[in-house]
Amino acid sequence: MNTMNNSRRNFIKTAGALAIGSTLPISLVELAFAESDRNFTFAYISDAHIQHIKDNRFVRNWDRGLIRAVAETNLLIPKPDFVMFGGDLAQLGSKPELDHGAEILSALHGDVHHVMGEHDYYLDLGAYWEKLFGPQYYSFDHKGVHFVVLNSIRTYDDWTFKRWPTAEQRMLEMAGLDNPNGSPFMVGEEQRLWLKNDLDKIDKNTPVVVFSHSPLQKIYKGWNFWTEDADQIQALLKPFKKVSVIYGHVHQIQYNQIGNISFNSVMATAWPWPYPQSYAQAEQYLPKLTVPMNRADPFFDRDATGWQFINLANGNADLNFTLYDNTGRIVRYNEKQKRPEDAVYQDEKARIVPQTHY
Amino acid sequence: MSTYQKIAMALCLAFASTGSSLADEFTDADLQRWQQQFMSVVSEGRELWTSPKLGGNGVACAQCHPNAANTHPETYPKFQKQLGKVVPLWQMINWCLKNPLEGQPLAADDPKMTALQAYVTYERRGVKLEPGKH
Repeated sequence: MNTMNNSRRNFIKTAGALAIGSTLPISLVELAFAESDRNFTFAYISDAHIQHIKDNRFVRNWDRGLIRAVAETNLLIPKPDFVMFGGDLAQLGSKPELDHGAEILSALHGDVHHVMGEHDYYLDLGAYWEKLFGPQYYSFDHKGVHFVVLNSIRTYDDWTFKRWPTAEQRMLEMAGLDNPNGSPFMVGEEQRLWLKNDLDKIDKNTPVVVFSHSPLQKIYKGWNFWTEDADQIQALLKPFKKVSVIYGHVHQIQYNQIGNISFNSVMATAWPWPYPQSYAQAEQYLPKLTVPMNRADPFFDRDATGWQFINLANGNADLNFTLYDNTGRIVRYNEKQKRPEDAVYQDEKARIVPQTHY
Repeated sequence: MSTYQKIAMALCLAFASTGSSLADEFTDADLQRWQQQFMSVVSEGRELWTSPKLGGNGVACAQCHPNAANTHPETYPKFQKQLGKVVPLWQMINWCLKNPLEGQPLAADDPKMTALQAYVTYERRGVKLEPGKH
């Protein structure tokens, strides 16, 4: 498989974008049988971290990750019903970064819905982002599924409004993942009330998909792999038969099942993050169910980055990860076990050496 | 006097001039001072690790390595397949400075390089040495 991936990478490098269609992972074929009316797919791109250097210069590495995701998404057959962007389009929330990111995304065919990330938010509290992409939280219905988008990266008002002398410093403090001056993410009371009202109107048999930037579960507080009011959000989702929460922020594969709620993370196009267990001083709770992605090899710019398309088969989310420099991964809902599972590596014995993180 | 005698004489004089400080006697105050020295270099290292100015494009080490995770100082020196040889940690740090950070490498004995290594190693304290491990 490695050889295949290598040749695929080199092929793309030398043969250019036209060749991508013929070299996409074979997992795409699986979509062909999803012909039932209720099954559909959407693409999910996240965490681009477009970073302005100065003048017209941006960090090339991060640009390339997003440009590639857009190009590959446009080649999906069958065409996804819509595209989600999962937040952190910018690195420091500036107009040049959001504009440059929006311009790259403008090449996508079809509708794009956006999720707010902390790197988009803490400079102007989302004002410019709203002008480009619309409200910070909202819901929509599509083919019998109720979709909810939350801004889960807000925090305590004292931290946001009183602690920092300038907006620029506030942005920088929150941008450092491991910064002890940061503050835990939360959805907050305003949105929880809105969510309750929004969900009250929905039949409890309707599949619900919630998009957030941070995990709506508690994994590791030190890096905000965490949402402070996750338990309250989970309680609001409890009456529904099928619920999926899909989140970005963590730049790695994570999945979990808590009661009726399936949790899935998506990959970043910018760079991968270590699993919290790799930080020797951390107390963390990575879901036991998660089979980690391969350890990143820093010598390949795009290793352990990628994007995903999501097949919403019978109201459950199956994630198909397109990994630029690794074999693709599929995390699929197992109807019998009632939880998401890796299609290949779930069994302890099936795992490969690079999936051991330390 | 032979050369040896001259050296012996010089050594005696040297010891006499150091006064009360004997080789392997140190106090809690010494330990504290040395620890302070070490921790101040660790915190310089943390500053550099999170600084957008260390490299050339505003990218900081901590962007990919929060709390220096996934740097594995306890495994160096080790074989890095793309460099084709066994290297110590500082050579890998320089690889990062040149590539993702699009900046200039540091000399092995540059105080900044010492500080970076002190920080990375401090974050990994308590983990057993496993040189060569991948």
